[in-house]
Amino acid sequence: MAKSFHLEVVTPDRSLLSEEVVSIVAPGVQGYLGVLANHAPLVTELGIGVLHIRYPDDTEEQVAIEGGFMEVAHNRVLILADAAERPQDIDIQRAREALLRARQRLNDPTVDRERARAALERAINRLRVAGVELGKVLEED
Amino acid sequence: MATLRQIRQRIRIARNIQQITRAMKMIAAARLKRAQDRVMAARPYSEKMQTLIGTLALASGSVEHPLLQVREQVRHIGVLLITADRGLCGSYNTNIIRRCMEFVQQYEQDQIRLLTVGKKGMQFMTRRGYPSVQHYTVPMSGPTVAHAQEIARAAQEMFLSEQVDEFYVVFSRFRSALVQIPTVQRLLPIEPIAMEDGRVEHLEFIFEPSSEELLRRLLPRYVFNMVYQALLESTASEHGARMTAMSSATDNAGKMISTLTLNLNRARQAAITKEILEVVSGAEALKESM
Repeated sequence: MAKSFHLEVVTPDRSLLSEEVVSIVAPGVQGYLGVLANHAPLVTELGIGVLHIRYPDDTEEQVAIEGGFMEVAHNRVLILADAAERPQDIDIQRAREALLRARQRLNDPTVDRERARAALERAINRLRVAGVELGKVLEED
Repeated sequence: MATLRQIRQRIRIARNIQQITRAMKMIAAARLKRAQDRVMAARPYSEKMQTLIGTLALASGSVEHPLLQVREQVRHIGVLLITADRGLCGSYNTNIIRRCMEFVQQYEQDQIRLLTVGKKGMQFMTRRGYPSVQHYTVPMSGPTVAHAQEIARAAQEMFLSEQVDEFYVVFSRFRSALVQIPTVQRLLPIEPIAMEDGRVEHLEFIFEPSSEELLRRLLPRYVFNMVYQALLESTASEHGARMTAMSSATDNAGKMISTLTLNLNRARQAAITKEILEVVSGAEALKESM
């Protein structure tokens, strides 16, 4: 039985989860990184991506993360995310619209490309976590 | 003594008022519940973020960051005053405004750059010679992330462009429906909270990227979060204060109605007695004259 540790995910408007977990893989700005029990103390910035969680009963969960920070210390992991959503909380229709809108804006030379790209990335991330196939969304367009 | 008609009318008016205050109380109670849940849900993030900043500040020693820079000469003060748009919420607005006036009076009038949320505060401060440089409207249903971002951005811009050398937020901290605490909090420059409770001992943290870089990324979010938290606290306080005020208004109306009803009955009884007396004495008079 793998050792477990405590994971807490909080966002500005709520505390999303606080559970015992066995391992996580978090979307760091410099690439995904895995954390197991007894990890060395660490503070890092998170980018837009998927947080993979494995629980002691071997179930897994994915959470969409939109940037933030992660602190690992004393077998506790704290994630301060700008936004975090579980698959069932994701509004697929909205994410789909955001994706198409962001794609259009990227073709428009007058808009802020950085912002449009970030919006596109967030929308893709949400849809991925919600289990929607991106190809289908783009075909429908 | 008032006539029966007058008393009846006053009872009717008191009833109407009671109906309105009772409805307002119900609405405030429902909104309070939601606002309270939001404040409670948002507090962990604020607290954890403060701890994290403490950790980072400790690890990186003296950090050079424009948002941390304390200016020796304080020429202008930015103040964000958060009040309600509407009245009928007891002393909620008055308390915050009084706290704000106490604060700004420590400085010269022309040193203050005032930003406001809530019409009540803006109107009062304008009358007192502190016009609002920028007014923000937050709906009754509560602030969104976008509201806080807009205000936080404006505050940072004012600070970084040296329009102001310090920036404060005046708002009402929510304790319970009955207790709201008018608070003045410094937003900028940020004072890194020294962690002295020993929880953050000198762990050898791995920082990715460097602790300075992390702090640089974290500080703007911290400013945003302080504003967001202040807005949430204020919204909850406002609804709490309104609920309490409307609750006691409803009770008072009830008391007034029962006093008036007593007076009405007394007056009616007096009128009946008077009529009987008249009839009887009329009959007596007739009997005697016969």
